[in-house]
Amino acid sequence: MMRTLGDTWTLAKRSLRHITRSPDTVITVLLMPIALMLLFVYVWGGSLGQQTGSVSYIDFIVPGIVVMTVISGISYAAIRLNMDVQSGIINRFRTMPVAPSSILGGQATSSTLSNLFSSLLVLLVAFAIGFRSQAGVAGWLLFAGILLLFTLATTWLAIFFGLLAKTTEGAGAFSYVLILLIFISPSFVPTNSMTPLLRGFAENQPMTPVVETMRSLLVDGTAGPKAWTAIAWILGLLVVSYLLSVALYKRKAIVVNA
Amino acid sequence: MEAAIEAKSLSKSYKHVSVLKDVSFSVQKGTVFALLGSNGAGKTTTINILTTLIKADGGTATVAGYDIAARPHKVRNEISLTGQFAAVDNRLTGRENLLLIGDLRHVADSARTAADLLVRFGLEEAADRSASTFSGGMRRRLDIAMSLIGSPAVIFLDEPTTGFDPEARNEMWRTIHKLAQGGTTVFLTTQHLEEADELADHIAVLHQGRIVASGTASELKKLVPGGLIELTFHDEETRDAAAKVLGKSYAHAEGEGATLTITTDGTVAQVAGIFAGLENARIEPTEFSQKVATLDDVFLKITDTGRGDE
Repeated sequence: MMRTLGDTWTLAKRSLRHITRSPDTVITVLLMPIALMLLFVYVWGGSLGQQTGSVSYIDFIVPGIVVMTVISGISYAAIRLNMDVQSGIINRFRTMPVAPSSILGGQATSSTLSNLFSSLLVLLVAFAIGFRSQAGVAGWLLFAGILLLFTLATTWLAIFFGLLAKTTEGAGAFSYVLILLIFISPSFVPTNSMTPLLRGFAENQPMTPVVETMRSLLVDGTAGPKAWTAIAWILGLLVVSYLLSVALYKRKAIVVNA
Repeated sequence: MEAAIEAKSLSKSYKHVSVLKDVSFSVQKGTVFALLGSNGAGKTTTINILTTLIKADGGTATVAGYDIAARPHKVRNEISLTGQFAAVDNRLTGRENLLLIGDLRHVADSARTAADLLVRFGLEEAADRSASTFSGGMRRRLDIAMSLIGSPAVIFLDEPTTGFDPEARNEMWRTIHKLAQGGTTVFLTTQHLEEADELADHIAVLHQGRIVASGTASELKKLVPGGLIELTFHDEETRDAAAKVLGKSYAHAEGEGATLTITTDGTVAQVAGIFAGLENARIEPTEFSQKVATLDDVFLKITDTGRGDE
Protein backbone atom coordinates (compact mmCIF):
# COMPACT_ATOMS: atom_id res chain seq x y z
CA MET A 1 0.00 0.00 0.00
CA MET A 2 2.71 2.49 1.02
CA ARG A 3 4.68 1.39 -1.99
CA THR A 4 1.72 2.02 -4.30
CA LEU A 5 1.26 5.51 -2.83
CA GLY A 6 4.99 6.21 -3.14
CA ASP A 7 5.02 5.09 -6.78
CA THR A 8 1.92 7.19 -7.50
CA TRP A 9 3.67 10.25 -6.13
CA THR A 10 6.87 9.46 -8.08
CA LEU A 11 4.83 9.32 -11.29
CA ALA A 12 2.78 12.38 -10.36
CA LYS A 13 6.02 14.36 -9.88
CA ARG A 14 7.15 13.24 -13.32
CA SER A 15 3.91 14.42 -14.85
CA LEU A 16 3.99 17.74 -12.96
CA ARG A 17 7.47 18.27 -14.34
CA HIS A 18 6.06 17.84 -17.85
CA ILE A 19 3.49 20.51 -17.09
CA THR A 20 5.95 23.03 -15.66
CA ARG A 21 8.30 22.39 -18.58
CA SER A 22 5.75 23.21 -21.21
CA PRO A 23 4.68 26.75 -20.28
CA ASP A 24 2.86 27.02 -23.61
CA THR A 25 0.27 24.46 -22.53
CA VAL A 26 -0.11 26.17 -19.15
CA ILE A 27 -0.80 29.46 -20.93
CA THR A 28 -3.19 27.83 -23.40
CA VAL A 29 -5.13 26.24 -20.55
CA LEU A 30 -5.49 29.60 -18.79
CA LEU A 31 -5.90 31.79 -21.83
CA MET A 32 -9.20 30.38 -23.08
CA PRO A 33 -11.23 30.76 -19.86
CA ILE A 34 -9.70 34.13 -18.99
CA ALA A 35 -10.28 35.54 -22.49
CA LEU A 36 -13.83 34.21 -22.42
CA MET A 37 -14.44 35.78 -19.04
CA LEU A 38 -13.20 39.16 -20.28
CA LEU A 39 -15.34 38.85 -23.42
CA PHE A 40 -18.44 37.95 -21.46
CA VAL A 41 -17.99 40.70 -18.92
CA TYR A 42 -16.84 43.57 -21.12
CA VAL A 43 -18.36 42.78 -24.52
CA TRP A 44 -21.58 40.85 -23.91
CA GLY A 45 -22.00 41.58 -20.22
CA GLY A 46 -23.87 44.84 -20.84
CA SER A 47 -26.85 43.13 -22.39
CA LEU A 48 -26.56 39.64 -20.84
CA GLY A 49 -26.10 41.18 -17.40
CA GLN A 50 -29.65 42.53 -17.46
CA GLN A 51 -31.02 38.98 -17.24
CA THR A 52 -29.23 37.81 -14.12
CA GLY A 53 -31.39 39.68 -11.64
CA SER A 54 -29.84 40.65 -8.34
CA VAL A 55 -26.59 38.80 -9.08
CA SER A 56 -23.98 40.88 -10.90
CA TYR A 57 -22.97 39.39 -14.25
CA ILE A 58 -19.38 38.59 -13.30
CA ASP A 59 -20.55 36.82 -10.15
CA PHE A 60 -23.00 34.91 -12.32
CA ILE A 61 -20.44 33.58 -14.79
CA VAL A 62 -17.42 32.84 -12.55
CA PRO A 63 -18.49 29.23 -11.73
CA GLY A 64 -18.95 28.44 -15.43
CA ILE A 65 -15.54 29.97 -16.19
CA VAL A 66 -13.89 27.88 -13.45
CA VAL A 67 -15.52 24.72 -14.83
CA MET A 68 -14.28 25.68 -18.29
CA THR A 69 -10.76 26.10 -16.90
CA VAL A 70 -10.89 22.54 -15.56
CA ILE A 71 -12.20 21.13 -18.87
CA SER A 72 -9.52 22.97 -20.79
CA GLY A 73 -6.91 21.54 -18.38
CA ILE A 74 -8.03 17.93 -18.47
CA SER A 75 -7.93 17.80 -22.26
CA TYR A 76 -4.16 18.24 -21.88
CA ALA A 77 -4.09 15.45 -19.30
CA ALA A 78 -5.59 13.16 -21.96
CA ILE A 79 -2.99 14.34 -24.47
CA ARG A 80 -0.11 13.80 -22.03
CA LEU A 81 -1.27 10.28 -21.20
CA ASN A 82 -1.74 9.45 -24.87
CA MET A 83 1.79 10.65 -25.62
CA ASP A 84 3.02 8.18 -22.99
CA VAL A 85 1.04 5.42 -24.68
CA GLN A 86 2.36 6.29 -28.14
CA SER A 87 5.97 6.71 -27.02
CA GLY A 88 5.98 3.25 -25.43
CA ILE A 89 6.87 4.52 -21.96
CA ILE A 90 3.59 3.13 -20.62
CA ASN A 91 4.65 -0.30 -21.86
CA ARG A 92 7.92 0.13 -19.99
CA PHE A 93 5.98 0.85 -16.78
CA ARG A 94 3.65 -2.07 -17.48
CA THR A 95 6.55 -4.52 -17.56
CA MET A 96 7.86 -3.15 -14.26
CA PRO A 97 6.59 -4.01 -10.76
CA VAL A 98 4.43 -0.87 -10.64
CA ALA A 99 0.71 -1.11 -9.87
CA PRO A 100 -1.73 0.05 -12.59
CA SER A 101 -3.33 2.31 -10.00
CA SER A 102 0.02 4.09 -9.59
CA ILE A 103 0.54 4.61 -13.31
CA LEU A 104 -2.94 6.01 -13.90
CA GLY A 105 -3.14 7.55 -10.43
CA GLY A 106 0.04 9.54 -11.05
CA GLN A 107 -1.63 11.19 -14.02
CA ALA A 108 -4.81 11.76 -12.03
CA THR A 109 -2.88 13.40 -9.18
CA SER A 110 -0.87 15.75 -11.40
CA SER A 111 -3.92 16.72 -13.43
CA THR A 112 -5.99 17.43 -10.33
CA LEU A 113 -3.26 19.52 -8.70
CA SER A 114 -2.50 21.54 -11.82
CA ASN A 115 -6.18 22.18 -12.51
CA LEU A 116 -6.83 23.39 -8.97
CA PHE A 117 -3.89 25.74 -9.40
CA SER A 118 -5.25 27.04 -12.75
CA SER A 119 -8.67 27.52 -11.16
CA LEU A 120 -7.08 29.57 -8.39
CA LEU A 121 -5.36 31.82 -10.93
CA VAL A 122 -8.61 32.30 -12.84
CA LEU A 123 -10.39 33.20 -9.59
CA LEU A 124 -7.69 35.79 -8.83
CA VAL A 125 -8.19 37.38 -12.27
CA ALA A 126 -11.94 37.36 -11.60
CA PHE A 127 -11.37 39.19 -8.31
CA ALA A 128 -9.24 41.73 -10.09
CA ILE A 129 -12.06 42.62 -12.48
CA GLY A 130 -14.76 42.88 -9.85
CA PHE A 131 -15.88 39.41 -8.78
CA ARG A 132 -17.05 39.39 -5.17
CA SER A 133 -18.40 36.58 -2.99
CA GLN A 134 -20.59 36.67 0.11
CA ALA A 135 -19.53 33.13 1.03
CA GLY A 136 -17.87 32.51 4.36
CA VAL A 137 -15.08 30.04 5.09
CA ALA A 138 -17.55 27.12 5.08
CA GLY A 139 -18.97 28.19 1.72
CA TRP A 140 -15.51 28.44 0.17
CA LEU A 141 -14.49 25.09 1.61
CA LEU A 142 -17.61 23.45 0.18
CA PHE A 143 -16.93 25.14 -3.17
CA ALA A 144 -13.33 23.84 -3.08
CA GLY A 145 -14.62 20.37 -2.23
CA ILE A 146 -17.05 20.29 -5.15
CA LEU A 147 -14.38 21.67 -7.47
CA LEU A 148 -11.91 19.01 -6.31
CA LEU A 149 -14.43 16.21 -6.85
CA PHE A 150 -15.41 17.59 -10.26
CA THR A 151 -11.75 17.89 -11.33
CA LEU A 152 -11.01 14.36 -10.16
CA ALA A 153 -14.04 12.90 -11.96
CA THR A 154 -13.38 14.69 -15.27
CA THR A 155 -9.66 13.83 -14.98
CA TRP A 156 -10.55 10.12 -14.91
CA LEU A 157 -12.76 10.69 -17.93
CA ALA A 158 -9.71 12.28 -19.60
CA ILE A 159 -7.60 9.26 -18.63
CA PHE A 160 -10.12 6.97 -20.30
CA PHE A 161 -9.99 8.98 -23.54
CA GLY A 162 -6.20 9.31 -23.29
CA LEU A 163 -5.92 5.51 -23.24
CA LEU A 164 -8.59 5.03 -25.89
CA ALA A 165 -7.42 7.51 -28.54
CA LYS A 166 -5.51 6.12 -31.51
CA THR A 167 -3.72 9.42 -32.07
CA THR A 168 -2.48 12.12 -29.73
CA GLU A 169 -4.36 14.74 -31.78
CA GLY A 170 -7.64 12.93 -31.08
CA ALA A 171 -7.03 12.40 -27.36
CA GLY A 172 -8.36 15.78 -26.25
CA ALA A 173 -11.34 15.90 -28.61
CA PHE A 174 -13.84 14.68 -26.01
CA SER A 175 -13.44 17.99 -24.17
CA TYR A 176 -15.33 19.83 -26.94
CA VAL A 177 -18.46 17.91 -25.96
CA LEU A 178 -18.02 19.04 -22.36
CA ILE A 179 -17.45 22.63 -23.46
CA LEU A 180 -20.64 22.48 -25.49
CA LEU A 181 -22.45 21.23 -22.39
CA ILE A 182 -21.21 24.30 -20.50
CA PHE A 183 -22.57 26.61 -23.19
CA ILE A 184 -25.96 24.84 -23.26
CA SER A 185 -26.40 25.33 -19.52
CA PRO A 186 -27.18 28.29 -17.28
CA SER A 187 -23.44 29.00 -17.00
CA PHE A 188 -23.45 32.26 -18.95
CA VAL A 189 -27.13 33.03 -19.53
CA PRO A 190 -30.24 32.00 -17.54
CA THR A 191 -32.12 29.14 -19.18
CA ASN A 192 -35.38 31.11 -19.43
CA SER A 193 -33.94 32.95 -22.44
CA MET A 194 -33.54 29.64 -24.36
CA THR A 195 -36.05 27.93 -26.68
CA PRO A 196 -38.26 25.36 -24.86
CA LEU A 197 -36.47 22.32 -26.30
CA LEU A 198 -33.01 23.63 -25.50
CA ARG A 199 -34.21 24.77 -22.12
CA GLY A 200 -35.48 21.30 -21.27
CA PHE A 201 -32.09 19.87 -22.16
CA ALA A 202 -30.15 22.60 -20.37
CA GLU A 203 -32.05 22.14 -17.13
CA ASN A 204 -31.57 18.39 -17.00
CA GLN A 205 -28.00 17.86 -18.17
CA PRO A 206 -25.26 17.11 -15.62
CA MET A 207 -23.28 20.32 -15.99
CA THR A 208 -26.21 22.45 -14.82
CA PRO A 209 -26.53 21.29 -11.18
CA VAL A 210 -22.72 21.44 -10.85
CA VAL A 211 -22.51 25.04 -12.08
CA GLU A 212 -25.60 26.15 -10.14
CA THR A 213 -24.37 24.61 -6.90
CA MET A 214 -20.98 26.27 -7.30
CA ARG A 215 -22.69 29.59 -8.04
CA SER A 216 -24.95 29.29 -5.02
CA LEU A 217 -21.97 28.55 -2.78
CA LEU A 218 -20.00 31.49 -4.13
CA VAL A 219 -22.84 33.99 -4.13
CA ASP A 220 -24.08 33.51 -0.56
CA GLY A 221 -22.45 30.41 0.87
CA THR A 222 -25.54 28.17 0.64
CA ALA A 223 -25.43 24.89 -1.24
CA GLY A 224 -28.73 25.49 -3.06
CA PRO A 225 -31.40 22.98 -4.10
CA LYS A 226 -29.31 21.04 -6.66
CA ALA A 227 -26.29 20.17 -4.51
CA TRP A 228 -27.15 16.49 -4.09
CA THR A 229 -27.97 16.10 -7.78
CA ALA A 230 -24.60 17.69 -8.59
CA ILE A 231 -22.73 15.37 -6.20
CA ALA A 232 -24.58 12.32 -7.56
CA TRP A 233 -23.60 13.21 -11.14
CA ILE A 234 -19.98 13.84 -10.18
CA LEU A 235 -19.61 10.66 -8.12
CA GLY A 236 -21.33 8.68 -10.86
CA LEU A 237 -18.94 10.06 -13.48
CA LEU A 238 -15.97 9.39 -11.20
CA VAL A 239 -16.87 5.75 -10.53
CA VAL A 240 -17.78 4.97 -14.15
CA SER A 241 -14.70 6.72 -15.62
CA TYR A 242 -12.38 5.09 -13.08
CA LEU A 243 -13.73 1.58 -13.72
CA LEU A 244 -13.69 2.05 -17.49
CA SER A 245 -10.12 3.39 -17.42
CA VAL A 246 -8.77 0.57 -15.28
CA ALA A 247 -10.59 -2.05 -17.39
CA LEU A 248 -9.26 -0.53 -20.62
CA TYR A 249 -5.76 -0.31 -19.20
CA LYS A 250 -5.75 -3.94 -18.12
CA ARG A 251 -7.37 -5.37 -21.21
CA LYS A 252 -5.79 -3.31 -23.91
CA ALA A 253 -2.73 -4.65 -25.64
CA ILE A 254 -1.07 -1.33 -26.24
CA VAL A 255 0.65 -1.53 -29.57
CA VAL A 256 3.18 1.15 -30.25
CA ASN A 257 2.99 2.65 -33.71
CA ALA A 258 6.01 2.31 -35.91
CA MET B 1 21.40 -25.87 -15.85
CA GLU B 2 18.29 -24.05 -14.82
CA ALA B 3 15.91 -22.53 -17.35
CA ALA B 4 15.40 -18.77 -17.18
CA ILE B 5 12.56 -18.94 -19.68
CA GLU B 6 10.44 -21.96 -20.44
CA ALA B 7 7.70 -21.57 -23.07
CA LYS B 8 5.31 -24.43 -23.78
CA SER B 9 2.91 -24.45 -26.72
CA LEU B 10 2.24 -20.72 -26.71
CA SER B 11 -0.45 -19.62 -29.11
CA LYS B 12 -2.01 -16.27 -29.88
CA SER B 13 -4.55 -15.04 -32.42
CA TYR B 14 -5.74 -11.58 -33.28
CA LYS B 15 -9.32 -11.67 -34.50
CA HIS B 16 -9.10 -14.75 -36.71
CA VAL B 17 -5.47 -14.43 -37.67
CA SER B 18 -3.25 -16.89 -35.89
CA VAL B 19 0.00 -15.13 -34.98
CA LEU B 20 1.66 -17.80 -32.82
CA LYS B 21 1.10 -21.53 -33.14
CA ASP B 22 2.44 -24.01 -30.63
CA VAL B 23 5.62 -22.09 -29.83
CA SER B 24 7.89 -23.88 -27.35
CA PHE B 25 11.45 -23.18 -26.34
CA SER B 26 13.65 -23.02 -23.34
CA VAL B 27 16.35 -20.50 -22.47
CA GLN B 28 19.10 -21.49 -20.05
CA LYS B 29 20.07 -19.12 -17.27
CA GLY B 30 22.89 -16.76 -18.15
CA THR B 31 22.77 -17.38 -21.89
CA VAL B 32 21.84 -15.25 -24.88
CA PHE B 33 18.87 -16.54 -26.83
CA ALA B 34 17.90 -15.14 -30.21
CA LEU B 35 14.49 -15.46 -31.75
CA LEU B 36 15.11 -15.05 -35.43
CA GLY B 37 12.45 -14.24 -37.96
CA SER B 38 11.33 -11.88 -40.66
CA ASN B 39 8.75 -9.11 -40.22
CA GLY B 40 5.41 -10.46 -39.07
CA ALA B 41 6.82 -13.80 -37.93
CA GLY B 42 5.45 -13.24 -34.40
CA LYS B 43 8.63 -12.13 -32.61
CA THR B 44 7.17 -9.07 -30.90
CA THR B 45 4.03 -10.98 -29.94
CA THR B 46 6.23 -13.59 -28.24
CA ILE B 47 8.12 -10.86 -26.35
CA ASN B 48 4.87 -9.13 -25.37
CA ILE B 49 3.53 -12.38 -23.93
CA LEU B 50 6.70 -13.21 -22.00
CA THR B 51 6.95 -9.68 -20.57
CA THR B 52 3.29 -9.83 -19.36
CA LEU B 53 2.09 -7.07 -21.72
CA ILE B 54 -0.44 -9.37 -23.38
CA LYS B 55 -1.92 -12.74 -22.50
CA ALA B 56 -1.41 -15.86 -24.56
CA ASP B 57 -4.52 -17.66 -25.84
CA GLY B 58 -3.01 -21.03 -25.13
CA GLY B 59 0.08 -22.63 -23.61
CA THR B 60 2.11 -21.70 -20.57
CA ALA B 61 5.40 -20.03 -19.85
CA THR B 62 7.61 -19.35 -16.89
CA VAL B 63 10.12 -16.52 -16.64
CA ALA B 64 12.70 -16.60 -13.84
CA GLY B 65 10.75 -19.47 -12.34
CA TYR B 66 7.39 -17.68 -12.17
CA ASP B 67 4.33 -18.49 -14.24
CA ILE B 68 3.60 -15.45 -16.44
CA ALA B 69 -0.16 -15.87 -16.22
CA ALA B 70 -0.46 -16.69 -12.52
CA ARG B 71 2.22 -14.42 -11.08
CA PRO B 72 2.84 -11.54 -13.50
CA HIS B 73 3.87 -9.20 -10.71
CA LYS B 74 6.66 -11.58 -9.64
CA VAL B 75 7.79 -11.84 -13.25
CA ARG B 76 7.93 -8.04 -13.57
CA ASN B 77 10.30 -7.93 -10.60
CA GLU B 78 12.79 -10.05 -12.50
CA ILE B 79 12.67 -8.67 -16.04
CA SER B 80 13.10 -5.58 -18.13
CA LEU B 81 11.96 -4.85 -21.66
CA THR B 82 13.61 -2.69 -24.26
CA GLY B 83 11.16 -2.41 -27.10
CA GLN B 84 11.74 -1.67 -30.76
CA PHE B 85 11.34 2.05 -30.20
CA ALA B 86 13.25 3.77 -27.44
CA ALA B 87 10.79 4.23 -24.57
CA VAL B 88 12.46 7.17 -22.86
CA ASP B 89 10.73 10.25 -21.53
CA ASN B 90 11.77 12.98 -23.95
CA ARG B 91 10.61 15.73 -21.64
CA LEU B 92 12.97 14.65 -18.87
CA THR B 93 16.75 14.80 -18.88
CA GLY B 94 18.85 11.66 -19.26
CA ARG B 95 19.57 11.63 -15.55
CA GLU B 96 15.94 12.20 -14.60
CA ASN B 97 14.90 9.27 -16.76
CA LEU B 98 17.29 7.02 -14.86
CA LEU B 99 16.24 8.42 -11.49
CA LEU B 100 12.58 7.81 -12.34
CA ILE B 101 13.18 4.13 -13.07
CA GLY B 102 15.46 3.84 -10.03
CA ASP B 103 12.72 5.23 -7.78
CA LEU B 104 10.08 2.95 -9.30
CA ARG B 105 12.35 -0.08 -8.89
CA HIS B 106 13.14 1.05 -5.35
CA VAL B 107 16.89 0.67 -5.71
CA ALA B 108 18.84 1.62 -2.60
CA ASP B 109 20.64 4.64 -4.07
CA SER B 110 19.05 5.72 -7.32
CA ALA B 111 21.23 8.85 -7.65
CA ARG B 112 24.36 6.74 -7.49
CA THR B 113 22.94 4.09 -9.83
CA ALA B 114 22.01 6.79 -12.35
CA ALA B 115 25.45 8.42 -12.19
CA ASP B 116 27.20 5.07 -12.71
CA LEU B 117 25.03 4.17 -15.70
CA LEU B 118 25.56 7.58 -17.31
CA VAL B 119 29.32 6.99 -17.21
CA ARG B 120 29.03 3.40 -18.39
CA PHE B 121 26.93 4.36 -21.42
CA GLY B 122 28.91 7.46 -22.34
CA LEU B 123 26.06 9.81 -21.54
CA GLU B 124 27.80 11.82 -18.81
CA GLU B 125 28.10 15.02 -20.81
CA ALA B 126 24.52 14.93 -22.01
CA ALA B 127 23.18 13.81 -18.63
CA ASP B 128 21.37 16.99 -17.74
CA ARG B 129 20.04 17.80 -21.18
CA SER B 130 16.50 17.00 -22.19
CA ALA B 131 16.36 13.58 -23.85
CA SER B 132 14.57 15.22 -26.79
CA THR B 133 17.95 16.68 -27.81
CA PHE B 134 19.58 13.22 -27.89
CA SER B 135 20.57 11.50 -31.13
CA GLY B 136 18.89 8.19 -31.97
CA GLY B 137 21.90 6.23 -30.76
CA MET B 138 22.10 8.14 -27.47
CA ARG B 139 18.39 7.67 -26.84
CA ARG B 140 18.76 3.96 -27.45
CA ARG B 141 21.70 3.79 -25.04
CA LEU B 142 19.67 5.61 -22.42
CA ASP B 143 16.86 3.15 -23.08
CA ILE B 144 19.15 0.18 -22.41
CA ALA B 145 20.65 1.90 -19.36
CA MET B 146 17.13 2.33 -17.96
CA SER B 147 16.53 -1.38 -18.51
CA LEU B 148 19.55 -2.33 -16.42
CA ILE B 149 18.46 -0.52 -13.26
CA GLY B 150 17.69 -2.92 -10.45
CA SER B 151 19.77 -5.64 -12.18
CA PRO B 152 16.92 -7.68 -13.69
CA ALA B 153 17.68 -11.38 -14.11
CA VAL B 154 16.23 -11.56 -17.62
CA ILE B 155 16.50 -8.78 -20.18
CA PHE B 156 14.28 -8.71 -23.26
CA LEU B 157 15.52 -6.80 -26.29
CA ASP B 158 13.15 -6.47 -29.21
CA GLU B 159 15.21 -5.88 -32.38
CA PRO B 160 17.88 -3.97 -30.49
CA THR B 161 19.79 -2.76 -33.56
CA THR B 162 17.00 -2.04 -36.03
CA GLY B 163 17.66 1.27 -37.73
CA PHE B 164 21.23 1.50 -36.46
CA ASP B 165 24.28 2.43 -38.49
CA PRO B 166 27.12 -0.13 -38.36
CA GLU B 167 28.99 1.77 -35.68
CA ALA B 168 26.01 2.02 -33.35
CA ARG B 169 25.22 -1.63 -34.04
CA ASN B 170 28.71 -2.75 -33.03
CA GLU B 171 28.43 -0.71 -29.88
CA MET B 172 25.10 -2.38 -29.05
CA TRP B 173 26.64 -5.78 -29.67
CA ARG B 174 29.44 -4.99 -27.24
CA THR B 175 26.84 -3.96 -24.63
CA ILE B 176 24.95 -7.23 -25.07
CA HIS B 177 28.17 -9.25 -24.84
CA LYS B 178 28.97 -7.46 -21.58
CA LEU B 179 25.53 -8.20 -20.19
CA ALA B 180 25.92 -11.86 -20.99
CA GLN B 181 29.36 -11.95 -19.38
CA GLY B 182 27.79 -10.45 -16.25
CA GLY B 183 25.46 -13.45 -15.97
CA THR B 184 22.27 -11.79 -17.18
CA THR B 185 19.96 -13.89 -19.34
CA VAL B 186 19.30 -12.07 -22.59
CA PHE B 187 16.34 -12.79 -24.85
CA LEU B 188 16.55 -10.89 -28.10
CA THR B 189 14.71 -10.86 -31.38
CA THR B 190 16.31 -10.05 -34.67
CA GLN B 191 15.73 -10.19 -38.39
CA HIS B 192 19.44 -10.45 -39.01
CA LEU B 193 21.09 -13.81 -39.09
CA GLU B 194 24.47 -12.22 -38.71
CA GLU B 195 23.32 -10.67 -35.46
CA ALA B 196 21.99 -13.94 -34.05
CA ASP B 197 25.24 -15.64 -35.10
CA GLU B 198 27.32 -12.94 -33.41
CA LEU B 199 25.40 -12.76 -30.13
CA ALA B 200 23.40 -15.85 -29.36
CA ASP B 201 24.29 -19.11 -27.66
CA HIS B 202 21.07 -20.57 -28.91
CA ILE B 203 18.87 -19.58 -31.83
CA ALA B 204 15.27 -20.40 -32.64
CA VAL B 205 13.91 -19.57 -36.06
CA LEU B 206 10.33 -18.32 -35.99
CA HIS B 207 8.46 -18.42 -39.27
CA GLN B 208 4.78 -17.64 -39.68
CA GLY B 209 4.16 -18.18 -35.99
CA ARG B 210 5.99 -21.49 -35.68
CA ILE B 211 9.45 -22.46 -34.51
CA VAL B 212 10.84 -24.09 -37.66
CA ALA B 213 14.37 -24.75 -36.44
CA SER B 214 16.48 -24.27 -33.37
CA GLY B 215 19.96 -24.94 -32.12
CA THR B 216 23.34 -23.27 -31.92
CA ALA B 217 24.52 -21.31 -34.93
CA SER B 218 26.78 -24.16 -36.03
CA GLU B 219 24.03 -26.75 -35.57
CA LEU B 220 21.77 -24.69 -37.78
CA LYS B 221 24.46 -24.30 -40.40
CA LYS B 222 24.74 -28.09 -40.60
CA LEU B 223 21.16 -28.15 -41.84
CA VAL B 224 22.31 -27.03 -45.27
CA PRO B 225 24.55 -29.57 -46.95
CA GLY B 226 28.02 -29.11 -48.30
CA GLY B 227 28.59 -25.59 -49.18
CA LEU B 228 29.06 -23.64 -52.28
CA ILE B 229 31.92 -23.57 -54.74
CA GLU B 230 32.47 -20.24 -56.34
CA LEU B 231 34.50 -20.00 -59.55
CA THR B 232 35.57 -16.79 -61.24
CA PHE B 233 36.60 -16.68 -64.89
CA HIS B 234 38.40 -14.26 -67.13
CA ASP B 235 35.23 -13.09 -68.85
CA GLU B 236 31.57 -13.95 -69.30
CA GLU B 237 32.12 -16.08 -72.40
CA THR B 238 34.50 -18.32 -70.50
CA ARG B 239 31.99 -18.45 -67.69
CA ASP B 240 29.24 -19.48 -70.12
CA ALA B 241 31.45 -22.17 -71.58
CA ALA B 242 32.19 -23.50 -68.10
CA ALA B 243 28.51 -23.42 -67.21
CA LYS B 244 27.78 -25.45 -70.33
CA VAL B 245 30.33 -28.08 -69.41
CA LEU B 246 29.34 -28.30 -65.76
CA GLY B 247 25.62 -27.62 -66.25
CA LYS B 248 24.97 -31.23 -67.21
CA SER B 249 26.10 -32.67 -63.92
CA TYR B 250 25.48 -29.70 -61.63
CA ALA B 251 21.96 -28.46 -62.03
CA HIS B 252 22.36 -25.68 -59.49
CA ALA B 253 25.13 -23.84 -61.24
CA GLU B 254 24.19 -20.18 -61.35
CA GLY B 255 26.04 -17.38 -63.01
CA GLU B 256 26.44 -13.71 -62.39
CA GLY B 257 29.04 -11.65 -64.23
CA ALA B 258 32.15 -13.77 -64.62
CA THR B 259 31.37 -15.77 -61.49
CA LEU B 260 29.75 -19.17 -61.29
CA THR B 261 28.29 -20.46 -58.03
CA ILE B 262 27.79 -24.21 -57.75
CA THR B 263 25.95 -26.01 -54.99
CA THR B 264 27.65 -29.25 -54.02
CA ASP B 265 27.01 -31.85 -51.35
CA GLY B 266 30.48 -31.16 -50.04
CA THR B 267 31.98 -34.54 -50.97
CA VAL B 268 35.47 -34.77 -52.49
CA ALA B 269 34.03 -36.66 -55.45
CA GLN B 270 31.77 -33.76 -56.40
CA VAL B 271 34.41 -31.08 -55.91
CA ALA B 272 36.95 -33.15 -57.86
CA GLY B 273 34.35 -33.66 -60.60
CA ILE B 274 34.05 -29.92 -61.11
CA PHE B 275 37.77 -29.45 -61.63
CA ALA B 276 38.06 -32.57 -63.80
CA GLY B 277 35.27 -31.23 -66.02
CA LEU B 278 37.01 -27.87 -66.39
CA GLU B 279 40.35 -29.56 -67.05
CA ASN B 280 38.86 -31.69 -69.86
CA ALA B 281 37.31 -28.61 -71.48
CA ARG B 282 40.57 -26.67 -71.01
CA ILE B 283 38.87 -23.89 -69.11
CA GLU B 284 40.99 -22.14 -66.52
CA PRO B 285 39.25 -20.29 -63.65
CA THR B 286 41.08 -17.19 -62.42
CA GLU B 287 39.86 -17.73 -58.88
CA PHE B 288 37.98 -20.31 -56.89
CA SER B 289 36.71 -20.46 -53.33
CA GLN B 290 34.53 -22.59 -51.13
CA LYS B 291 31.79 -20.69 -49.36
CA VAL B 292 30.78 -22.01 -45.95
CA ALA B 293 27.02 -21.97 -45.43
CA THR B 294 25.90 -18.80 -43.68
CA LEU B 295 22.84 -18.54 -41.48
CA ASP B 296 21.20 -16.75 -44.39
CA ASP B 297 21.46 -19.93 -46.42
CA VAL B 298 19.95 -21.86 -43.53
CA PHE B 299 17.23 -19.33 -43.06
CA LEU B 300 16.26 -19.28 -46.70
CA LYS B 301 16.31 -23.04 -46.90
CA ILE B 302 14.10 -23.71 -43.88
CA THR B 303 11.71 -20.86 -44.44
CA ASP B 304 11.42 -21.90 -48.05
CA THR B 305 11.27 -18.35 -49.35
CA GLY B 306 13.46 -19.08 -52.36
CA ARG B 307 16.94 -17.91 -53.10
CA GLY B 308 15.99 -14.49 -54.35
CA ASP B 309 18.52 -12.79 -56.57
CA GLU B 310 21.62 -14.52 -55.30
